[in-house]
Amino acid sequence: MNAINQSGWKPEMGNAGETAPATFTGNKALMLEEALIFEIGTAATTGVDLADAPKVAARLGNLERHRDIGLPGLSEPETVRHYTRLSRQNYAIDLGFFPLGSCTMKHNPRLNEKVARMAGFADVHPLQPVETVQGALAVINELAMWLIQLTGMHGVAMTPKAGAHGELCGILCIKAALAARGDPRCVILVPESAHGTNPASAAFAGFSVENIPATSEGRVDLAALTARLGPDVAGVMITNPNTCGLFERDMKAISDAVHAAGGYVYCDGANFNAIVGRVRPGDLGIDAMHINLHKTFSTPHGGGGPGSGPVVLSEALSPYGPLPYTARNADGHYTLIEEETAQEYHPHSFGRMTAFHGQMGMFTRALSYIMSHGADGLRQVAEDAVLNANYILRSLEDVLEAPFAHSGPCMHEALFSDNGLADGFSTLDIAKGLIDEGYHPMTVYFPLVVHGAMLVEPTETESKATLDQFIGALRSVAERAKAGDPSLKSAPHHAPRRRLDETQAARKPVLVWREPEQLVAAE
Amino acid sequence: MTRFFTEDHEWIEVDGDTATVGITHYAQSQLGDIVFAEVPAAGATLKKGGDAAIVESVKAASDVYAPVSGTVIEGNDALEGDPALVNSDPEGEGWFFKLTLSDTSELDSLMNAAAYQAFVDGL
Repeated sequence: MNAINQSGWKPEMGNAGETAPATFTGNKALMLEEALIFEIGTAATTGVDLADAPKVAARLGNLERHRDIGLPGLSEPETVRHYTRLSRQNYAIDLGFFPLGSCTMKHNPRLNEKVARMAGFADVHPLQPVETVQGALAVINELAMWLIQLTGMHGVAMTPKAGAHGELCGILCIKAALAARGDPRCVILVPESAHGTNPASAAFAGFSVENIPATSEGRVDLAALTARLGPDVAGVMITNPNTCGLFERDMKAISDAVHAAGGYVYCDGANFNAIVGRVRPGDLGIDAMHINLHKTFSTPHGGGGPGSGPVVLSEALSPYGPLPYTARNADGHYTLIEEETAQEYHPHSFGRMTAFHGQMGMFTRALSYIMSHGADGLRQVAEDAVLNANYILRSLEDVLEAPFAHSGPCMHEALFSDNGLADGFSTLDIAKGLIDEGYHPMTVYFPLVVHGAMLVEPTETESKATLDQFIGALRSVAERAKAGDPSLKSAPHHAPRRRLDETQAARKPVLVWREPEQLVAAE
Repeated sequence: MTRFFTEDHEWIEVDGDTATVGITHYAQSQLGDIVFAEVPAAGATLKKGGDAAIVESVKAASDVYAPVSGTVIEGNDALEGDPALVNSDPEGEGWFFKLTLSDTSELDSLMNAAAYQAFVDGL
């Protein structure tokens, strides 16, 4: 029986170069093939013994379902094995080095996990009376104080759920501040070295977006930016450190120029781990900055969540921040400022972005991380992140072109280009070759300012031994790409699937699983 | 009919006060396999240098800018079902949109084929 590949969902990409004999099951020793749950389970079996539902009058009208829905049934061990097998085909930070640039895939200390699982944090409900969740509110408030302290800012909005949500929060604060003074400014300037989400956030809030070029050093072109400032410019969005892995040295001059022209400065703080404890964004004249708690303060992320993106705000923008927020009364009790009390305490708020108070699970982890590191530990986080990235940059710049290596030390990530590879060889081949070496590839083809970009972020949690092994692996793959080794063009050779047809997957995606019988009937 | 080029790798073929716009051979070769293209609808007003269309490849998503200002007459609907046309025939069947020019003097700032070739050679 071959239960796999009946649907076209997981196409076999061929076995070119495979010399080992095929197995009866399709498994490769302990690397198990796994079919979709729809293919291994049937509606005729079930793993649970449910009593018949009581006869009650349906109140669904014509929405009541009369057909079977055909959910697959499996026994408990079959279910456990299915998901455990799938998880073994995944790659995770707990399995190995994960140098995905711009994503800060670093070790998540287990202490954070222990704290987040305490019943007083894990089992609370956002609609509980505030008297019963004083500890949880204290955590939010304490974390807020730390974030303000670390950034040198005036206030913080804790509710945004991730980086881009935080960007939107900051931009909405700017919009509210402009509206409050009756100023119709409608342009947000975004440099080429900014995160890709920045222009999207500005456009979503109704601003038009204009690009500012980068210099040959990979930084914002200050002259071009100041030349564009004027009465129509609402603000700028700058990623610092930027996506070329560089610190924007002109940040204070940029802020001063933008403020002098009547605009506001948004900073994308996704890369705050490179400067935490060393630089306070408030000292650089920044008006709003989101902090990716799930990156800088180490909470498990990747695969789309969960995230948390509190936004620190300057004195000028704090009055416009979103509801709700926590406050500590004189008697030591915590309250939530929500719509009912906003008129008294926070009358200029632009409104609410989330149903409740933010990502509680991320707050507990971030506060555990901050308190267990302390001020000196956080400073060392930034120092080690920068040291590790520079070790990668300088160890590989002789074999891979590093377009901004002349711009001085990098910050938290090292950027390489595909210049110098053999004809027909690309960044993609290097990424696939790294999979064979047992690594999740680095970020590729981003940022766009570099041809065939490879962005490596080692983070501060990796040892020198880990970095040395990765450097050796990337050097070996890069040398094969420069020598034109044809076997690299068909990598990966050792992964559960060979090289996938990404073009076909994007042009003709198969998004819905269909029963094979239906497929046959349709033909 | 005359063909002009931009530094952002769009081409525009002008016929009187109407023109056809697409991306160049060089642009498609840099983008790699195109998997999605979004073209403007008829009637849309474009400003020279402003966003006009979107092109997505396996590597990146990019904006296609309007080489000149004008009003869109027609978007190339064929790209929706077959974005690979941009790879196979970027300067022919893979065109993005046709427009009526609002200011033909804007063409003066564009490059001719020889100047564009020299520009690409210098990249």
